[in-house]
Amino acid sequence: MNNSYLKIAGIHKNFGSFTALNGISIDIKKSEFVCLLGPSGCGKTTLLRIIAGLEQPTAGSIFINGKDMTYMPPAKRNFGIVFQSYALFPNLTALQNIAYGLKAKKIPKKEVKERALEALALVDLLHVKDKYPAQISGGQQQRVALARAIALSPDFLLLDEPLSALDAKVRERLRREIRFIQEKLQITTIMVTHDQDEALTMADKIIVMNNAEIMQVGTPQEVYNTPANPFVADFIGSINFWKESRKGKNEEKTAAIRPEHIRLSRTDGILAEVEDVEFRGPIYRLEFKVKDSSSHLYGQSIKVDVSTHDVNHLKLVKGMNIHISLPEESILAYNELVVS
Amino acid sequence: MEAVEKSKRVQSFTKTKSQRAGKEEWLQRALIILMLLSFLSVLIFPLGTLFAKAFQNEEGTFIGIANFVKYFTTPSLVQSFQNTLFIATMTTAISVTLAFMFAYCLVRTNVKGKTFFRYTALLPLFAPTMMHGIALMYLFGNQGLVTKGFFGTIPGIEIDLYGPVGIIMAEVIYTFPQAFLIMLVALNGSDNRLYEAANTLGVSKAKQFITITLSSVKYGLVSSMLVVFSLSFTDYGAPKVVGGQYNVLATDVYKQVIGQHKMEMGATVGLILMLPALIAFIVDQLTQRKQVSYVSSKSVPYQISQNSKRDSLSFVFCSIISACILILFAAVVLAASVKVWPYDMSLTWKHFELKSYTGDGFTAYKNSLIVAALTAVIGTIFTFVFAYAIEKIRRMAGVRKFGHFLSIIPLAVPGLVIGLSYVFFFSQPKMNILGWTVSNPLNFLYGSIAIIVIANILHFYSVAYVTAVTALKKLDREFELVSESIGVPFYKTFFKITLPMCLPAVLEMAMYFFVNSMVTISAVIFLYTADFKLAAISIVNMDDAGNLASAAAMSVLIIFTNIVVRVLYEVVTKLIRQKNMKWQNQ
Repeated sequence: MNNSYLKIAGIHKNFGSFTALNGISIDIKKSEFVCLLGPSGCGKTTLLRIIAGLEQPTAGSIFINGKDMTYMPPAKRNFGIVFQSYALFPNLTALQNIAYGLKAKKIPKKEVKERALEALALVDLLHVKDKYPAQISGGQQQRVALARAIALSPDFLLLDEPLSALDAKVRERLRREIRFIQEKLQITTIMVTHDQDEALTMADKIIVMNNAEIMQVGTPQEVYNTPANPFVADFIGSINFWKESRKGKNEEKTAAIRPEHIRLSRTDGILAEVEDVEFRGPIYRLEFKVKDSSSHLYGQSIKVDVSTHDVNHLKLVKGMNIHISLPEESILAYNELVVS
Repeated sequence: MEAVEKSKRVQSFTKTKSQRAGKEEWLQRALIILMLLSFLSVLIFPLGTLFAKAFQNEEGTFIGIANFVKYFTTPSLVQSFQNTLFIATMTTAISVTLAFMFAYCLVRTNVKGKTFFRYTALLPLFAPTMMHGIALMYLFGNQGLVTKGFFGTIPGIEIDLYGPVGIIMAEVIYTFPQAFLIMLVALNGSDNRLYEAANTLGVSKAKQFITITLSSVKYGLVSSMLVVFSLSFTDYGAPKVVGGQYNVLATDVYKQVIGQHKMEMGATVGLILMLPALIAFIVDQLTQRKQVSYVSSKSVPYQISQNSKRDSLSFVFCSIISACILILFAAVVLAASVKVWPYDMSLTWKHFELKSYTGDGFTAYKNSLIVAALTAVIGTIFTFVFAYAIEKIRRMAGVRKFGHFLSIIPLAVPGLVIGLSYVFFFSQPKMNILGWTVSNPLNFLYGSIAIIVIANILHFYSVAYVTAVTALKKLDREFELVSESIGVPFYKTFFKITLPMCLPAVLEMAMYFFVNSMVTISAVIFLYTADFKLAAISIVNMDDAGNLASAAAMSVLIIFTNIVVRVLYEVVTKLIRQKNMKWQNQ
C-alpha cells in the first residue's frame, strides 16, 4: 500500500527552545521532483539537512526505499547534493571535480574518465572540461556542480537553493536544464527554494512550509488554484482578501480572489475607481477602490491584473470609474481571518 | 495524525540520538581528543602547576595569598613593580603614538617611498630585543658614538642610558612594528562614503578626523595599546642588557627562580606578570563582540586627496623614524665588524668567530637554527591540523568550541610564564591531579630539546592559529559535505583540497614560527641546558661577560638569518601565487 521511495515520518527538530521543524511527514515517490517552498526561516533548509544526514532530528524517522536511514551518516545515504555556493573545488578543473568522487570508488581509471566526461556531456559543458571554476561563468559552475552530484548515479538528488546566486536570465535557462536532466535520469529530486516561480515551473509536487510546519502539499496547479489556506494563497502569487460575514449568522470568514480572475466591464458589476496604474510589460496591475456603497466590498482596495491590450482598449487611466465583477467560481473561502 | 501526536510526546523526553559512527568518524574524534590531550599537557597542567605554586609555601602547603602579601610588603619588589608599570606606560604612550602617525602617513597620504618605509618599520621584528639594547649602548653608552660626539668631531650628548631611559627606548623600538601592523589594518578599514558625506555636509577636516577617522580605528588603538603594554611589561631582553640597577618584574622572576631558588615567589611574580595580558585578552574578547564592522562589501576605499604640504611633512616624519631604526641596525652591524669600538674602527671578521667563554659561539647558533626549524615544521603541522579540526569537523561541537577557546589562551601568557610553568610542571617526577598523585608521564621531556620546541610552539601558537583559521574560513563550508556525499574520506579532501588551497597561509605560519623562535628569549631562558644553548641566550651571556662585540655579531647573524628566511618566504609565496593563478579568483 505504501509506494513512497523517500518517507519522512513525524520529524521534529528543536534547537534549544526554538522549534525548527514540528511534525513533518512527507511521502516522495520515485523519480518525483519535489520542491520545498517557503519564506526564510520556515525550516525547509533544516529539513534538507536532516534528509542529507547533516543534522539529527529530535524525533521522527527517515526511510529511504523502505530502509530506516535516520541515524546513517551522510556518506551511507547515497545522494548527490548541489549548493547555492556551488562548492566546486577551486584547485581542480571541471573534469577533475567530477572525477573526484568516482576516483574514491575504486573504479578503473579509464572508466572514471569516461563517466566524468559522460556527466559533463550531460550538462553540455565538454568544452570547458580543463578549465578551473574561477575561469567559467556562475551558470557553468552550477552545471559542473550538478554533473558532479549525478556522476556517481546517486539514489536521490538534493538541491539547496541552487539557482539563487545566478542572474535572472541564466536562472530561467538552468531551471529547464535541471528539469530536463532530472527527467532524463528519472532521479528522485528534492529542491529547496524560496522562489515561487522556480517551484511552480519545475516541481511535480510542491511542499509549502511556514513556521516549522507544512502548509500544503500539492501539484503546482493545486497550490496555485486551490491554496489550502490564506498563507499559501498569499505566499504563492498575488491575491485579494476581504472579510465576508455569513448572512444570518454572526460569523466572519475570509474570501479571496486572484487579481487575474477579476473581470472589467463598462456596464456590469460593482462600480470602482482606478486608484493606481502599474505597468508590467504584458499586463497592467491596477488598484481599484470600490465606490458602490451598496456592495459589501464598499471602500475595499482590489488589485486587478489586466492585459495591456485591454487597458489600451478601455483607455484606462487613474481616476477613471469602471465596473468590476468577481466570478463566483474563482472566489476562495477560508475559515481563518486575515487581517490586511 | 496519530503518529505526529505520538512523536510530539516522544520528543519532549528524548535527547537527540547521534549518528552511527564509521571508521572516518572515529578518526575525526581521535583527532579532536588528541588536540584536547595536547592542550591538557602543554597548557593546562603547566599553568595549573604555576597557579597552585603561587599559593603554596616551599613545602607545598597551601598558604592562601600569603605570597602575594609578602610580595607587596617587600620594598624592593614593590619598587620593581612600580618600575615595570612606569616602563610599560611610557612605552605604550610613545610607541602607539609614533606607530599611529607612521601608519597614518602610509595609508592616508601620498608620501613617497611607502614600500621602503613599510619594510623598515617591520625590521625590528627580525631582531631579539637584546639587540636594540646593544645598539643603544653603542650609540649612547659610555663609549657611545653620540656620547663621544662622533669621535670628538662634535660635542657629545650624554643621556643616562642605563636605567629607565634605555629600557624605554629599547622597548619602543621592539613594540613599534607590532603597534604599526595593528594600526595599518585599522586605518585601511575605512569607508570613503563617510568622508564624502561629511564633506557634503560641510564638516571641517579636524572634526572629520575625530568623528570618522579616530572612531573607526578606536578598537585598533585600544588593541595596540594593550599589546604594547603587555609586551613591554613582560620583556626580559632589553632590561637585562640596558637596565643597569633598574629592576623590573621580568628580571625579578629570573633572579628569584634561578638566583635564589625561590620557586613560589617566582610563581607569584609570574602570575602578576600575566595580569596585563590577561586584561588585554578579556578586553579584546569583549570589544570584538561589540565591534561593528566599518567596512562592508559595499564600502568604498579611502581616496587620498592632493595635498603636497601634508605629503612633505609625512615624508620628513617617516624618514626620521626610519632613520632611527636603520641607525640602530647599522650601529650593531658596524660594531660587529670593527676591531675595537670606538678606538680602532678598521674592519674585521673576528667577532663573527663568536669566540667567547660563555657564549658557545656557533654551536649556540646552530642549536637555534635546529630549534627554529623544528618549531616551524612541527608547530605548523599541529597548529594547522588543530585549526582544521576546530573549523571543519562537524562532530563534537562543544569540545571544538572549547578547543577554540584554548587556542587563543596562549595570547595571554607571556613567554616567561610559559617557561616558568614548564620548569615547575615538567621537572616534577610525580604530579597531583585533584588530590591523586600519579607519576608524571611527561617528566622525560625535561631538559630535552623537545621541551624548548614545545614551549616555542605554545608561545607563538595563537597568532599562527588565527592565520590558519582565517584561511580555512575562506574555503566554502560545504567542501567537506560535498566530499562526504560523494564518498571521499575527509583526510583525502584535506590533502587534496584544503591543504593546497591554504598553502600560502601555511608558509606564513612556518615563517612566523621560525623568525620568532630565532629571536625569543623569555620562554627558553628557563628551559635551556648547559649543553644546549641558544643564540639569543648566548647574546645575553656574552654581554654579561663583557664581550659586547661578539654579542653584536650574534645579533647580526640572527637578523641576517631571519631576513633570508623572510625573503625565501616571499619568493616561494610569489611562485605559488603564479602557479595557482588559474584557479585563484580574478
